[in-house]
Amino acid sequence: MKIVACVKRVPTTEATAKLAADGRSLDPTGWQYMLSFYDELAVEEALKTKEKQGGEVTVVTLGPSDASKEVRECLARGADHGVILKDADPAARDPRSTAKALAAKIKALGADVVFTGRVATDRDHAAVGPMLATYLGWACVGEVHALELGAEGGTAKRETEHGVETVTFRLPAVITCNKGLNEPRRASLKGIMAAKSKTIAEEAPLAVDTQTLVVKVELPPSRKAGRIVGEGAAAVPALITALKTEAQVL
Amino acid sequence: MAFQQLDYLLLDDQFSEDERMVRDTVRAWVTERYLPLAMEHFEAGTFPLELTPELAELGVFGPTVPQEYGGAGMNSVAYGLICQELERGDSGLRSYVSVQGSLVMYPIFAYGSEAQKKRWLPLLASGKAIGCFGLTEPDFGSNPGGMLTTAKKTADGWVLNGRKMWITNGTVSDVAVVWARAEEGILGFLVERGAKGFSAPEQKHKFSLRASITSELVLEDVQVGKDALLPNVKGLKGPLGCLNQARYGIAWGGLGAAFACFDEALQYSKSRIVFDKPLAGFQLPQKKFADMGTQITMAQLLALRLGRLKDEGRATAAMVSMAKRNNVMLGLEVARTCRDILGANGISLEYQVGRHMCNLESVVTYEGTHDIHTLAIGQELTGIPAFR
Repeated sequence: MKIVACVKRVPTTEATAKLAADGRSLDPTGWQYMLSFYDELAVEEALKTKEKQGGEVTVVTLGPSDASKEVRECLARGADHGVILKDADPAARDPRSTAKALAAKIKALGADVVFTGRVATDRDHAAVGPMLATYLGWACVGEVHALELGAEGGTAKRETEHGVETVTFRLPAVITCNKGLNEPRRASLKGIMAAKSKTIAEEAPLAVDTQTLVVKVELPPSRKAGRIVGEGAAAVPALITALKTEAQVL
Repeated sequence: MAFQQLDYLLLDDQFSEDERMVRDTVRAWVTERYLPLAMEHFEAGTFPLELTPELAELGVFGPTVPQEYGGAGMNSVAYGLICQELERGDSGLRSYVSVQGSLVMYPIFAYGSEAQKKRWLPLLASGKAIGCFGLTEPDFGSNPGGMLTTAKKTADGWVLNGRKMWITNGTVSDVAVVWARAEEGILGFLVERGAKGFSAPEQKHKFSLRASITSELVLEDVQVGKDALLPNVKGLKGPLGCLNQARYGIAWGGLGAAFACFDEALQYSKSRIVFDKPLAGFQLPQKKFADMGTQITMAQLLALRLGRLKDEGRATAAMVSMAKRNNVMLGLEVARTCRDILGANGISLEYQVGRHMCNLESVVTYEGTHDIHTLAIGQELTGIPAFR
């Protein structure tokens, strides 16, 4: 089975958001990067599928050359090949242009199944996975937290606002992975050594026009400092007054 | 939040991508799996043996041993980083792994027969067997050449008699590398758990390396077969060769303990308010941080350069002495200073500094005391041995 996991490197949770000089983006100075949490689930599910069904796992990312660190980490966990669709400024793309570029590469790879994260933890669009399925013309199984996958198709559970849906689908399919699906493995030191001999191909992505453009970014207003209204039971009346008149939550 | 070490001179650039990945992988494991247990085990005087399969899966047992024997075939810099990260957790954890890799797997790999290598190395790499190293005796520490443990040749093999002391992992070991004096000179033997006359009682009541098992090895007319002898080494160079591997890792380990203490004291002093401003804003703490930061950075350079030389086959025992001596004393001094910065909180095991400080009293003593390494460097510089 030809299995693809799409991943994205995102700033670590410690990264601070600072507006860039253009007012349309964030200043990445000093940021460290990591695999987006949900993409880790996608890689793990791809590896589990390979272990059950046989085949090969290719990890595909769209981003700068520096994303080789995150791709190499996937190879150390057991993926076979890595592909970087090289784009020095992936933040300038909209989800449609990312999905089109990924779809072109996945078609060329002849994949049977694609795993992506439910959402990337930086931009929060949750759009690339479903768009990818649309451009490929494949089944889209979104936000999956339990999966049984065979050679021809499978059954998945997905959590919705009104309850848990069980769906069946046929391959080829794009599956977007949600929390609870699996517990991502760590790379072992042997895996890291093995990854040294695996290749990461860098290619130019399909040129696609971006249809939406970020024109302005505003950071959330900084929180006002707290105020201590008093201590113990004696402070309760003042607290209630403040909650009614200032916070207006009562 | 992922641990970020001090990196004043941006030395991260000097490591390869896979070396950094090794470091970060072990670092994350220590943060998630070991640190939550560290205080409890230190206090109870126990080692979390249940973590052995995880450590094996991670691949930290004998990572420089070639893959055909179950190792990962890593370079020395990566091995150093592993030791650094394990000791960032606890010196007891690093000791558990160092002994298995440098003092048990290394001599079997370097001095053992093919049959010994094929039998033991995969078992030790996978954590299915634990090993220990018996050199030090109650009356012979810095002068191992004076050892009293004997090996006598018999028709079927050898008979071993003697006592070893301060042996990490002894009580839980499946195999002990025991060094003994024979007519032919000092020889190494693989003594298996359960051999008649062989026991390994635990040494209790330590205030240091509490989360590490320390034992005596008692050998009373222990009969072992011919195949127990490590055939490819004779003389003190056998055990000293092993110690050289372990000491190299310990030089990185001292750095790991220093990183942990420095980071804890820095965070603490930035948030601790005294006289209406952070402790870190006063001149005395700043001098301490400036001194420690400089010394840690120099120790990093020393470890890294030594590692690269080792990978080129150019590192000497005297160089390893310098790095072990400097970096472990650095770790101990940083731990003491940081303990002081934390004030009364510094004596609580809720913080790491006191634990590291106590542990490093052992580390500065074992694998060649600070003073013995001083003499080794002195001999290297002057050409005159001053040991006796």
